[in-house]
Amino acid sequence: MTVESNEYIGMIHSYEIEAGNFTKAGEAASSIKRLLRQLGVDANVIRRVSIAAYEAEMNMVIHSIGGNIQIEISPKAIVFKAVDEGPGIEDVNLAMEEGFSTAKEWARELGFGAGMGLPNIKRCSDEFHIQSEVGQGTYLEAKFIL
Amino acid sequence: MQGYYHSVTLDADKCMGCTNCIKRCPTEAIRVRDGKAYIIAERCIDCGECIRVCPYHAKIAVTDPLDAIYDYKYKIALPAPTLYGQFKDLTSIDSVLHGLKLLGFDDVFEVARGADFATEFTKYQIKHTNPKRPIISSSCPAVVRLVQVRFPELISNLADVQSPMEIAAQIAKDNFSREHGVDIEEIGAFFITPCAAKATSIRNPLGTERSSVDGSISILDIYGPLSLVMNKADNSCVTTSLRKSTLKGVGWANSGGEGSSLDIDSYLSVDGIPNVIKVLEEIENGKLSDLDFFEGLACVGGCVGGPLVFENNFVAQNRLRKLISKIEDSEPIAHEEFKMALEKYDWKFNKEILPKPIMRLDDDISSAIKKMEELERIYADLPGLDCGSCGSPSCRALAEDIVRGYTTEFDCIIKLREKIRNLAREFGELSDNLPTGIDRSDTGGLKHED
Repeated sequence: MTVESNEYIGMIHSYEIEAGNFTKAGEAASSIKRLLRQLGVDANVIRRVSIAAYEAEMNMVIHSIGGNIQIEISPKAIVFKAVDEGPGIEDVNLAMEEGFSTAKEWARELGFGAGMGLPNIKRCSDEFHIQSEVGQGTYLEAKFIL
Repeated sequence: MQGYYHSVTLDADKCMGCTNCIKRCPTEAIRVRDGKAYIIAERCIDCGECIRVCPYHAKIAVTDPLDAIYDYKYKIALPAPTLYGQFKDLTSIDSVLHGLKLLGFDDVFEVARGADFATEFTKYQIKHTNPKRPIISSSCPAVVRLVQVRFPELISNLADVQSPMEIAAQIAKDNFSREHGVDIEEIGAFFITPCAAKATSIRNPLGTERSSVDGSISILDIYGPLSLVMNKADNSCVTTSLRKSTLKGVGWANSGGEGSSLDIDSYLSVDGIPNVIKVLEEIENGKLSDLDFFEGLACVGGCVGGPLVFENNFVAQNRLRKLISKIEDSEPIAHEEFKMALEKYDWKFNKEILPKPIMRLDDDISSAIKKMEELERIYADLPGLDCGSCGSPSCRALAEDIVRGYTTEFDCIIKLREKIRNLAREFGELSDNLPTGIDRSDTGGLKHED
């Protein structure tokens, strides 16, 4: 156990995300929503976190080779992190543009690939950070102030 | 109970303490304690799922007896369009309406006509106030309460329109008072209801301080007496037509009736509470951004599937469909009439619909986080069978109940069995460890030399 000051109150939940598994897709976002509701987080914040979590989860299911979603909740803020193991985004700036998508035909047929995922996450969050390297993977962090 | 009235209640004498209802409740509002079900008032949305699933008919919806109409000098019946689907080979809505008058009502005003006004008002709002999309229909009170409890983020999407029942009651009472020169307080308006949630809405209104409806009579209760007098109504050569509703208004009884009457392309109608929950989750995730209107109805088939109807919902749905295709339509609400109604009535909500954060563990987020950690520790230790034997609907709900201090983990029979097994093992170990001075060849205890 790490030594924390006695004042610190917070909890961390993490969820493993499988690439291409559509039967489970969206479950992490749903549990996060349930969790926040039980914690009594403001409805407007819950809505924003849910949308961000859902988009990030779907991104990971569709584009990545799998990864992990983590949510840290403290009385002051909610920090959402999505880390995958690849393949990484070639041009992050381009990926942040609305309407840009590299989703393949099969994903588009399922109604994804509108190129709104990342811009949506950014719009919903108070602080947004993304870092990606081809061959390494992507790290996304979204912060919501309470 | 905090004085919150519910139509859905328990008949404790009939309750066997089984777990059918707790597992079916969409808001986890029921527990079984001391062998009887118990409804948590703040959580119940009066959807009636428990009434449908209870094998012992221990869950009931309380409505008023037919005699209650005599509490008022003048009585108006407000029949739900669902009523028309209850009768076999019905050829005219008027025979139902005249039948109601023969039962003692002084006047009849169709809720289907109220629905016609609600449709016009919704169209008017879409045109003039550009409400947030998708607009979520507020006609099903169980769905509105579901949104309050489980989807508080979507409250701002609820259609800001009073229910056809309220609209019908307001117009009916005003008209009667004016035409007969009587005081409004002397008039009692009674909703003929297929729905427990609407009966609750009369005492605990949604979106308004006080309901204009004075009571509710269930279709189940009125079906018998009404069938008997309907033949008389047909034979009494009644020439005046009481019916004013359009076929679209009548169609509101079936799922899809409201959505299709709005003349918009992008609407979605879903019935059955588990299905409604699924779609509300999609809306909450921002996935249905191209949708303009969502009509969610708690009962399968729509209001025809209400817990207080006589006829099977699929049969009734079909009868209504046939009736609508057979009879002539009425004149739609005239532009002038609607304009006058707009000046006279405000059909927007006049009381804000607030979230009901019943799921939250604590008002203070720091305490809530601590409780959540405790909840998860307990939950990880439970068997995860979700059997319901403890009286809570799932292992997670039991963990929640323990954290809230309502019960202990030994309500779990698996945990209890583990405890007993450990105790038995300890007993065994103890018996194996008898003092050496005692003969262990026999279980019968100490042996004495003769």
